Amino acid sequence: MAITAIPAHAETPRDTLVMAFTIDDIISLDPAEMFEFTALEYAGNTYDRLIGYDPEDVSKIFGVAAESWTISDDGKTFTFKMRPGVTFASGNPMTAEDAAFSLQRAVILDKSPAFILTQFGFTAGNVKDKVKATDDMTLVIETDQAYAPTFVLYCLTAGVSSIVDKALVMEHAQGDDLGNEWLKSNYAGVGPFKLRQWKANESLTLDRNDDYWGGAPAMKRVIIRHIVEPATQQLLLEKGDIDIARNLGPDQLETLRNNPDTYIQDGVKGAVYYLGLNQKNEALSKPQVRQALKYLVDYKGMEATVVKDLMKVHQAFLPKGFLGALESTPFTLDVAKAKELLAAAGYPDGFKVTMDTRSTSPIMEMAQAIQATFAQAGVELEIIPGDGSQTLTKYRARNHDIYIGRWGPDYQDPHTNADTFARNPDNADDAKSKPLAWRNAWDIPEMTTMADAAVLERDPAKRAELYLEIQKIHQATSPFVIMFQQTEVAGIRAGTKGFVIGPSFDDNHYKGVTKQ
Amino acid sequence: MTNQTDHLSKAGTGFKGLSLPAPLRATVNVATSVALTFLGLLLVTFIIGRVVPIDPVLAIVGDHAQEHVMERVREELGLNRPLYEQFGIYVWNVLRGDLGVSVLTSNPVLEDIKRVFPATLELASVATLFGVLFGVPMGVLAGVYQGRWPDQVIRVVGLLGYSIPVFWIGLMGLLLFYAKLDWVPGPGRLDVFYDGLVDPVTGVLLIDSAMAGEWEIFWNAASHVVLPAAILGYFSLAYISRMTRSFMLEQLSQEYITTARVKGVSEWRVIWVHALGNVWVPLVTVIALSYANLLEGSVLTEIVFAWPGLGYYLTQSLLKADMNAVLGATMVVGAVFIGINILSDVLYKLLDPRAR
Repeated sequence: MAITAIPAHAETPRDTLVMAFTIDDIISLDPAEMFEFTALEYAGNTYDRLIGYDPEDVSKIFGVAAESWTISDDGKTFTFKMRPGVTFASGNPMTAEDAAFSLQRAVILDKSPAFILTQFGFTAGNVKDKVKATDDMTLVIETDQAYAPTFVLYCLTAGVSSIVDKALVMEHAQGDDLGNEWLKSNYAGVGPFKLRQWKANESLTLDRNDDYWGGAPAMKRVIIRHIVEPATQQLLLEKGDIDIARNLGPDQLETLRNNPDTYIQDGVKGAVYYLGLNQKNEALSKPQVRQALKYLVDYKGMEATVVKDLMKVHQAFLPKGFLGALESTPFTLDVAKAKELLAAAGYPDGFKVTMDTRSTSPIMEMAQAIQATFAQAGVELEIIPGDGSQTLTKYRARNHDIYIGRWGPDYQDPHTNADTFARNPDNADDAKSKPLAWRNAWDIPEMTTMADAAVLERDPAKRAELYLEIQKIHQATSPFVIMFQQTEVAGIRAGTKGFVIGPSFDDNHYKGVTKQ
Repeated sequence: MTNQTDHLSKAGTGFKGLSLPAPLRATVNVATSVALTFLGLLLVTFIIGRVVPIDPVLAIVGDHAQEHVMERVREELGLNRPLYEQFGIYVWNVLRGDLGVSVLTSNPVLEDIKRVFPATLELASVATLFGVLFGVPMGVLAGVYQGRWPDQVIRVVGLLGYSIPVFWIGLMGLLLFYAKLDWVPGPGRLDVFYDGLVDPVTGVLLIDSAMAGEWEIFWNAASHVVLPAAILGYFSLAYISRMTRSFMLEQLSQEYITTARVKGVSEWRVIWVHALGNVWVPLVTVIALSYANLLEGSVLTEIVFAWPGLGYYLTQSLLKADMNAVLGATMVVGAVFIGINILSDVLYKLLDPRAR
C-alpha cells in the first residue's frame, strides 16, 4: 500500500482546537441529567447559567444569563433580573420563563443531580410556585429556609442549573419526559460553543456560537477525541496532531515537560482522595485503630512518586479553595506511633483487612504504597481489585472493609462535602439518605447537627469558623483517612494558549483558547 | 478442525420425522440449530450479566445519586422483576427486532453496533489479508525447508507474534512508524479533517470512500488502517504460518507427491500447485477461525490505536453492566462465528471434491 505517499499532517488547523480526552463517561448531554465529569465540562462550555464565579477567586460571583439579583431581608426570596437581548443558539430569545422552566424541569425530572436544587425545599408539586417568572425579565426563587446566601447561589452555578431553550426542548417532548430523551444527545442552550456532534466513545465536536452575547470565541471548532491510552495521547501531542492531552500520567508529564514544543498546565481541583474505613468491621471501629491507620500512610512519599503532579497532600474533607477549608496536615508516616495506638486498641501484632480498589492508575499504585506502609505495623492489607462499578456496588452496600475512593464536590459551597462526609441523619441499613458517612456506618448525630447549623449561618466569617470546627473533629476522629487533593494536569502545544483549568469540572473553559 | 455447523445439523435431528424433501429438511435443521444456539448464547450471557456483582443502575445514575433516584431507574430498567421475566421480555423484544437501548451511549444498541462493527470489520479484514498474504507463503517455505534455517527463522518470527503483548508492540509500532519515521498517521480511523465527510453506507471507510469516489479519503483511511492491521495481522500470521507448515509437511510426505516428482514435475509446481492445492482445504477453516477471533479479540489494538470498534464497545459495556449492549454485541459475535463457519463449510465443499 502506498502509505508513504500520504503526507502526515504536522499540525491541526489554526481555528480548530483538537483535544485528546477520555469521554466514555458521558451518558447524557441533558443538563438536568448529566453528572459525569466530561459531560459537566461540556455543559460548562455550551450552557450559560443565571450566575457564575471567577475560577481564580470563587468568592467573586457575577451575573451571566442574569444581569443582577437581590435577596430579600428574610433571606428566602432571590429575585433575578435577566440579561436583555440574549438569544439561544436556535435564535429564540431567552427570557425569565426559560430560566424558570429549566429549574422546574430539573426538579420534576428528578434525575441524579436534582438534589442540588431540591435541597431548597422544591418538589415536583411545588416547584412551579417556588420558582417562577413574574415577567419576561424577572425570575423569583423562594427557598424553604433562610440558608447561607452563597449556598443557594453556588448551587445555581452548577450544571443542573443550566438554562435550556424551553420552546425548542418542548418541541421534542415525548409524553411527560420534558424533552429528556431528545436532549440526551442534542443541544438547546446558549453559550460560547454549541454541540455539533457526539459519537459515544469516539468524539465530541463543538462549534463556535458566533452570536454569543459575551463575544464569540477564537476557536471555530473544538474536536474532542476519545483516546484512552495516555501513551497514545502523549505521542499525538508530541507530533502536533492534537493541541491538548488531558489524561497523562507522571511518566508522560515528565517527558512532555522537557519538550520545547509542549508545556504542562495544572489547576487545583476540588476532588479529594480518601480511605473509607467501614465501622461495621470490628477492628476498624476502634478509635485508636482509625487513628493508627492515619499514621500509616506515607503522604509525602506518595506525593513525590506515584501521584506526582496529580495530587497534593490534603487531610480535611473541605478541599483547598472552599470557604472554611482546613489546611493543616497533622498526619505523617509514623510507624512507632501507629504501633502504640494499635497495641492500645488490643492489636499489638496488627490485623488482617481487605481494601476494595479500582484497578486503574493511579488508584492501584496508591493502594500498593499503602499496603507496604500498613505492613510496617503488622496490618496485613489485602487489595481486592475491581472495575469502578464493581467496587462501587460493594461500597454502596457497605460490604467493604476499606474502600479507596475519590470524591468530587457537586457545587462550590462547603455544604456539598459536609453533607456527605460529616452528616449521617440515619445509620439504619434502609436509610433514605446514604451519604459517605452512612456508607462507612459512622453514626454521628452531634456532627450532623453541627453541619445542619453551618448551612443556615448567613455570616460568611462565622460560617467558615463552624466548618473549621467540624473539620478539626472530623480530621481527628473520623473513619476517613483523607490523603490528597487532586491537581488536574494537561499537556498543551506551545502555540496553544488560554485553556482554563478551573476548580470544578464545569470550569474547564475553551472560550479563551487561541492558537498561533 | 471441528466444524460447528456439523454439530448444529446433528443437534437438529428432531425434524427427521417430518416428511420434508431432503434439502428443505437440511435447511430447517440448520435454521433450528442456529436459533437454539442463539437462544443458548443469550441465556448464558444474560445469566452471567445478572450474577456479576456490578449494579447496572450505577452506570446510569453515578456515584453521587440519591437512593430514590437509583430505585426509580431500577424500576425503569425492569431490574426489579424476576430474572426469567426479564429474560422473556428481552427475547420477545429481540424477536421484534428491538435490541434495546444502551444505557452508556443513550443510543439504540443496533445503531451503536452499526457504527462500531464496521470499524472492527475493516481492521480485522485487512489484518487477515495481511496474515494470509504473508503467513501462507511463510508456512509453505517452513514446510519445504523443514529443520533448516528458513524454518528456524520463520518459527522465531511466529513465536514472537504469539508472545509479544499487543499493547507493547502497538505502542512501539506507533513510536517508530508514526512518531519517528512519519510513515503512517496517528491513531484513529481518519485524520480529523476528513471525519464525517463521507456518508456511512456500509460503515467500512475503505468501501464507503471508494464508492463515493473520494480517493483522498480512501488513501487517508488506508494509511490509518495499515499499522494497526499489520500488528493485529501479525498474530494471525503466526497462527496461519504454523498451521500451513504442518499441513504442508503432511502433504509432502504423501505418495502422490513422490509420484509427481518421479514423473519429472518441476519442484516449484509440486510445492505450490500440487501440495498447496490440497493444503487450502483445511487451511480455509484455520483462516476463517482466525478471522472470527480477530473480530472479537482486537480490544487492546483498538485501545492503543483509538479505534472505535466492537471489542472496546463490548468491554466497556461489560464493565459497566450495560446488559443490552453486551447481549447485542454478543449476538453479533455469535452470528459472525456461525456465519463464518457456514461460509467455511461451503468453501470446504467447493475446494474438496470428496465433500460434495
